[in-house]
Amino acid sequence: MILHSKAAAHGSLTICGARVLDPGAGVDALLDVKIEKGTITELAQPGGKKSAGKAVEAEGLILAPAFVDPHVHLRTPGREDEETIASGSAAAAAGGYCAILAMPNTSPTVDNAAVLGALIEQAQEEAQIPTGFMAAISRGLKGEELTEMGELADAGAAAFSDDGQPVRSAALMRRALQYAGSTGRRLALHCEEKTLSSRGQMHEGAVSAELGLAGYPSVAESVAVGRDLALAAYEGQPIHLMHLSTSESVELLRRALVDGVQVSAEVTPHHLCLTDEAVRTLDTNLKMNPPLGSETDRLALIEALRSGAISCIATDHAPHARQEKDVPFEAAPSGVTGLETAFAALYTHLVEPGLLPLETLLDRMSAGPAQAFDLPVPRIGVGEPANLVLLDLEATWLVREERFRSLSANSWLLGEALRGEVALTVAAGRVVCGSERVTA
Amino acid sequence: MAEIRVIAGETSTVSSAPKRHLISIDDLNREIVERLLATARNFSRSLEREMKKLPTLRGRTIVNVFYESSTRTASSFELAAKRLSADVMTMRASGSSVEKGESLKDTTRTLTAFQPDVIVVRHPQIGAPKLIAETTSAHVVNAGDGKHQHPTQALLDLYTMQEALGHLSGLQVAIVGDVMHSRVARSLVQALNLVDARSICIGPPALIPRGFEQIGCEVSSDISGIETADVVYVLRMQQERIAAGANFVPSLREYTARWGITPARLRPGQVVMHPGPVNRGVEIDARVVDSPESLITTQVRSGLVVRMAVLYDLLTQGPVSLAPTVDMNEVA
Repeated sequence: MILHSKAAAHGSLTICGARVLDPGAGVDALLDVKIEKGTITELAQPGGKKSAGKAVEAEGLILAPAFVDPHVHLRTPGREDEETIASGSAAAAAGGYCAILAMPNTSPTVDNAAVLGALIEQAQEEAQIPTGFMAAISRGLKGEELTEMGELADAGAAAFSDDGQPVRSAALMRRALQYAGSTGRRLALHCEEKTLSSRGQMHEGAVSAELGLAGYPSVAESVAVGRDLALAAYEGQPIHLMHLSTSESVELLRRALVDGVQVSAEVTPHHLCLTDEAVRTLDTNLKMNPPLGSETDRLALIEALRSGAISCIATDHAPHARQEKDVPFEAAPSGVTGLETAFAALYTHLVEPGLLPLETLLDRMSAGPAQAFDLPVPRIGVGEPANLVLLDLEATWLVREERFRSLSANSWLLGEALRGEVALTVAAGRVVCGSERVTA
Repeated sequence: MAEIRVIAGETSTVSSAPKRHLISIDDLNREIVERLLATARNFSRSLEREMKKLPTLRGRTIVNVFYESSTRTASSFELAAKRLSADVMTMRASGSSVEKGESLKDTTRTLTAFQPDVIVVRHPQIGAPKLIAETTSAHVVNAGDGKHQHPTQALLDLYTMQEALGHLSGLQVAIVGDVMHSRVARSLVQALNLVDARSICIGPPALIPRGFEQIGCEVSSDISGIETADVVYVLRMQQERIAAGANFVPSLREYTARWGITPARLRPGQVVMHPGPVNRGVEIDARVVDSPESLITTQVRSGLVVRMAVLYDLLTQGPVSLAPTVDMNEVA
């Protein structure tokens, strides 16, 4: 078992009259979807006989497979003031997710079975939606010694990652690939050549030149991507590239896919919606690692997402306490929250302007990440577990701090009006968001 | 009669009316620059008198907050405020509650409680003056933030050039040295663009930021590019740029040989400027510093009157017309 949450509350629920849209299953029709004991038991023409049990009126809304986020920071253990398993999973539920994977760069690091076991127990107590945990590649994320990946995999590690840090040594990277292969778990890689990114505060280009902020050159990412692709190809082992941000990396990914390298890749909503121009405001909620790139980078990422070379959208949800972001740009930590805004941000910035079809967005937020990490793929079909998100594409809502279920509010979207709202989320058969829409 | 309602948050001491600040050259346009330079010229005349103090800002409070060491800028702002009869207080980060871990915003709120009219700030981090401006009810003047901006330096440089050469429009200025780490270079290039002067930035390739030409200047690594310039503006070259691991240039010796400003590299008629402090024998030959072509001490004098003009301009909110009428009979 890789995903863990509170026990499901079982009953029956019918979601009536929505446009059911599951691109992977080839479903696009107005249907009533009946759920019993957490499983989809019936897809029926709407307007049929009213069945017993609870119902949600969903005419005019879209019902899609719920989302999967393979890259979330739950800050537990160590920084429970910024996020907990309960608050982070509630934020994910509000964002339409039915599964999330948490990163191991906590304090202490998730680099041994004892820490991982405690997290899994805690998730069984308080996770609102199924939650999995990645374990570290190297002890303490130091890039010196491998963790006991075999024991960690047996204890339930979803994958391995030193996120926040690259695996600096190419030799250790090679050993990690060789060893992880024996556990059946994938390595999720943060690609950054630290000697090039150095103290870089933002993408190196005309904007950094003007502001005087130290530049983080795009080659700091692509040099590392190139190294890791070469090692993965040589060892014949799969890798997952996290939060790609540059056109050079996209080009390397494309070539590797042609060459048959087993590689999956993710991109964040902020790298798809913003460029380094936004940093002119010096808003610390625009500081992230990797940094926001150029318009060329952004368009290359959108194209790779459209073509499927990048198959996953990951939020890299990174909560930070208010006082840590309420400082000058250079003093602020990197990272922004994203779980509660991902769909609406991408619908507003990519789908509405015609840059990405809705069906593609739904696939890359759900089936894509699930397949990359061998998680159950959310599907709308009879006999499938109920993992559903109900979307109101007509709704416009204002991103406000008070609305967040996350304990942190370091969102780059504060104050922005977004189109597309999550009306209801069903995760593992439980209504985890939008329960006010359920009528008896 | 209109109904008066108090809405939560409206009672805040921070006024919602937009305040004028001088945080970057972007806050200025050509008209304001010309007005400031004219005001500075008027103040310069008033300083020729034996009694140098003017009553103009009597009763106003100016707080200087310096989070970074500074000789000329801090003393220049302090004297500018005193010449205009304002009450001035200078706070340095060392020995203050900053050392006890107080955040920049909290320090700003504390200082704002004294109701200053202007806060002048020098800070090692980019954007600190902007953060202060968002937190205080006072006008904010940026006296240098990290590698970002130093707008009063650029203004005093324009003033110096205009006084020495008679005009700004069409001037060619070569900015030589460590452009990468220089807030002075960023502000100066932008300010020169505002007044239709042209600039070329020359230095070691690793010390010219990628994309710098897009802010409106030429860039080159060839020192012979200074030849056509009316003004050779030399930037400070810091030892830390060659520290282990940095390698921006192989050695100071090599820097000096390739980009140092020596008498041989200058042609007659060129003037030389430097924002200070000078490293004699590194970025500039001592003979050049001490030559008649050097405007370096003139720049320091210009700093005083330009900063007087900036403080005056921010605090006289009236129509933007003009230079102040200095009443020679009025004595503080």
